[in-house]
Amino acid sequence: MLHADFFRRWMTAAAASVEREAERLTALDSPIGDADHGSNLHRGFAAVVAVLEKDAPDTPGAVLVLAGRQLISTVGGASGPLYGTLLRRTGKALGDAVEVSEGQLADALRAGVDAVMTLGGAAPGDKTMIDALVPAVAALDESFTAARSAAEEGALATTPLQARKGRASYLGERSIGHQDPGATSAALLIAALADTAEHREATDA
Amino acid sequence: MKMLINVAETVVADALRGMAAAHPELTVDVENRVIVRRDAPVAGKVGLVSGGGSGHEPLHGGFVGPGMLSAACPGEVFTSPVPDQMLRAAAAVDSGAGVLFIVKNYTGDVLNFDMAAELAEDEGIQIAKVLVNDDVAVTDSLYTAGRRGTGATLYVEKIAGAAAEEGQPLERVEALARQVNENSRSFGVALTACTTPAKGSPTFDLPAGELELGVGIHGEPGRERRAMMTSGEIADFAVNAVLEDLNPRNPVLLLVNGMGATPLLELYGFSAEVQRVLTERGVAVARTLVGNYVTSLDMAGASVTLCEIDEELLRLYDAPVRTPGLRWGV
Repeated sequence: MLHADFFRRWMTAAAASVEREAERLTALDSPIGDADHGSNLHRGFAAVVAVLEKDAPDTPGAVLVLAGRQLISTVGGASGPLYGTLLRRTGKALGDAVEVSEGQLADALRAGVDAVMTLGGAAPGDKTMIDALVPAVAALDESFTAARSAAEEGALATTPLQARKGRASYLGERSIGHQDPGATSAALLIAALADTAEHREATDA
Repeated sequence: MKMLINVAETVVADALRGMAAAHPELTVDVENRVIVRRDAPVAGKVGLVSGGGSGHEPLHGGFVGPGMLSAACPGEVFTSPVPDQMLRAAAAVDSGAGVLFIVKNYTGDVLNFDMAAELAEDEGIQIAKVLVNDDVAVTDSLYTAGRRGTGATLYVEKIAGAAAEEGQPLERVEALARQVNENSRSFGVALTACTTPAKGSPTFDLPAGELELGVGIHGEPGRERRAMMTSGEIADFAVNAVLEDLNPRNPVLLLVNGMGATPLLELYGFSAEVQRVLTERGVAVARTLVGNYVTSLDMAGASVTLCEIDEELLRLYDAPVRTPGLRWGV
């Protein structure tokens, strides 16, 4: 079973990963966006870590709701509302249980991804974060590791696509041939979840 | 790349401190990033709130003041503001007559303003929203996020601002804002890419002998790249692109807008070419603005915006305005 501490460690791992990869995300955002995806997410996740240190919610749902709210308040752009909604709605779906199963987390994440699709109006194949998140939640029923691979493959598979949502869509055919920065950061978030789960299993053993 | 800054992280806050000192007629909340006209909320007056990424100055903070915006919220450079800023701005300007959010059609701006509208309505503030999407370079909205909001934002803010100043009700101010947007079209060209402080190098690679046609205002590349053209050829291309989509039977307002790094010497010369094409096409120009109003940091280039008007829109456009970036009749 997963407790609030697991979700705090997931958010901390995500923040560290976004910090490490900020330059790469910004570089991916440069040819098809406006070159700030890395710096914006870095600012947001640093704020998430800070608020979780100050205010330590004691349920998994509350950790994610607080993290999501913090992203909405600090990131701006499209990423703020989209990532904020992903975490908030996943947290809300977890309710106020003190511990949740891996299956419950998979269901809640699916609800979170659905909320992101409704908010942004994007579907798989539009060259957005959805292209990493949808395969990831499908693979989550199998394992965290499978979800990480599916998200990474999903992000790589955005390269040949033509963007239909977000700022890259203004480039039309010229968006083809570039990996989507949003799908890439979404894969980082899922990888951080898998790392947190694997680390927990290693410590438990 | 050399910039007149301290560090990239504080450029927005530093600019707001400078605005506060230069414009005591505005209340500038540097920490929460909200610029409000000092006498807000004005009793009985609809509040007008706009905002977007920084880097487009004077848009939007430079358009706060009597006759135009009640408040503006600047986000990070080229990044939309967050809902908390918009909510603060709405609360600061609402006199009970409601607040109009003026939103440029970019995914981030739309999502954050939508969230802010929900939060404001929870607090009992009546909110209306108008989406500005005047950029004809973006064609098929089935395959894009829809047309971008660019130069027409100035007209929406000016004309809706004048109506609000007269005490017109929220529904009327909103309807006028929509009408201005529907009557307006824009097209932009870039001669150079821009450099954001955070990245420190040009956002896209544009060789010396080429230009980008159909750019937005966030340093994103355009739809098409060609060999460099003369001012007259660019004017033909831009005006024709606008008139393909707008068929004005009445006179128009003309905005020849600089992207930030093109001198007025070039902008006035370009404006002369734009006027020539409009005359050739039989379009009468009622008023012309030439200058840097909706910029893209240090991008060189220009955009052309036309707004078809009637007597009422022209009267509101001519009404007095007193803001750092636009000022007449006072």
